[in-house]
Amino acid sequence: MTEVVVTGLGATTPLGGDVASTWEALVAGRSGVGPLEQEWAQELPVRIAAQLVVEPSEVLPRVRLRRLDRSEQIALIASQQAWEDAGLSDDLDTERLGVVFGSGIGGALTLLEQDDILEEKGARRVSPFTVPMLMPNGPAAVVGLEFGARAGVHAPTSACATSAEAISWATDMIRAGRSDVAIAGGAEAVIGGLPMAGFASMKAMSTRNDEPERASRPWDTDRDGFVMGEGAGALVLERREHAEARGATIYAVIAGSGMTSDGFDIVQPDPECHGGGRAMRAAIRQAGVDKRDVGHVNAHATSTPVGDMAEVKGVKREIGDHVVLTGTKSMTGHLLGGAGAVESIATIMALHDGVIPPTINLENPDPELDLDVAANEARKVDLVAAINTGFGFGGHNAAVLFTKP
Amino acid sequence: MALSRDEIREGLSDILEEVAGVNPDDVADDKSFTDDLDVDSLAMVEVVVAAEEKFGVKIPDDEVANLKNVGDAVSYIEKG
Repeated sequence: MTEVVVTGLGATTPLGGDVASTWEALVAGRSGVGPLEQEWAQELPVRIAAQLVVEPSEVLPRVRLRRLDRSEQIALIASQQAWEDAGLSDDLDTERLGVVFGSGIGGALTLLEQDDILEEKGARRVSPFTVPMLMPNGPAAVVGLEFGARAGVHAPTSACATSAEAISWATDMIRAGRSDVAIAGGAEAVIGGLPMAGFASMKAMSTRNDEPERASRPWDTDRDGFVMGEGAGALVLERREHAEARGATIYAVIAGSGMTSDGFDIVQPDPECHGGGRAMRAAIRQAGVDKRDVGHVNAHATSTPVGDMAEVKGVKREIGDHVVLTGTKSMTGHLLGGAGAVESIATIMALHDGVIPPTINLENPDPELDLDVAANEARKVDLVAAINTGFGFGGHNAAVLFTKP
Repeated sequence: MALSRDEIREGLSDILEEVAGVNPDDVADDKSFTDDLDVDSLAMVEVVVAAEEKFGVKIPDDEVANLKNVGDAVSYIEKG
């Protein structure tokens, strides 16, 4: 089977404006969660979130910013970094370049802003860029245009599994022979009144407003929901021969991936993690590795009461009790459609550097937690293979298995 | 008091810079919006709406097609 490797990484997150600063903060165990000081947030039940450290306006030119939704802006920034990191040049055959880039919610902030303009000033004042800014394939399209991708530009939309799925689909795209190079990832930027109120009404979010840095606490007995974050991650995937022919640096191999669906509930996770477990099993089978060689799982672990423990059951059943888990959402918050990409980057860096970033705020582990977690401090472990999981509303499950190059 | 052509051109130049990133030094009566200043059809919609607001004029959609260059727009706004 065609081997797919990772040759470029890019990100902008609540921990840093690029991969190096984000990774440094992850290993150091720093929280990116803080109070929302904006006026619109003051009447909401949840007034905390993990906001970007580097504003897109510090990176992109003004006119470019005007025509892109915030999710598109950060998709572009992360992809530009990944492209540069991969050392790809303009003479790449763009008919062999694909993009698979998703967003969980899309341009919701643009939709709301333009609706205000419609109500207050009338239809003629609505921006002609409204539709390309709010369409859920916007981030993929913007990335595709930036690099002139002509092999196909695709936009999976599977809530919080979106960018783990994007990496899986992009891997499949290269394996199917439809491209040599693919930019895969996800972006989300919906920290605004309506999305926050909607998640809060579901009782899905932490209301620990007075202690933002301690609010996201996967597997802790006092966890009370996820913390919304914004950010984007991008990976350059490449057919191994193509990468080697141009002398590219290889971070990791995408040895296997799995995508399944629960058929269970629109928002509740299957408490036994059957679907998530099958995704892990599929990734291991496709990779052809011994499951005892999978030493680490960067878990979906959003800090919700049911989801965190369900995943532990799935990991234990499908991989075993030798795994070291971590939940980096304890630091980044939940990046929704950007989560799988940023967490896959963390998984790759863990494999590459031999360091598993910590799960912070794990002070009183859930009594049912019977797996080893890199709690509160980074863990040095020499890894052969590691998995990133992503699960989304709608019952979407994805698992991506990385090995050393 | 009616604005002079120079004042209208200057105001238009500010709009073009704001919404489409056009360098004010490039703005002259004989410059085509699409061919010289790279203002595409969507950006032109924004320019027209901003010009209507700034100069208090109405520029109907079927008139926009006739505004090929900066001079055409200045003349239209001058007539009010």
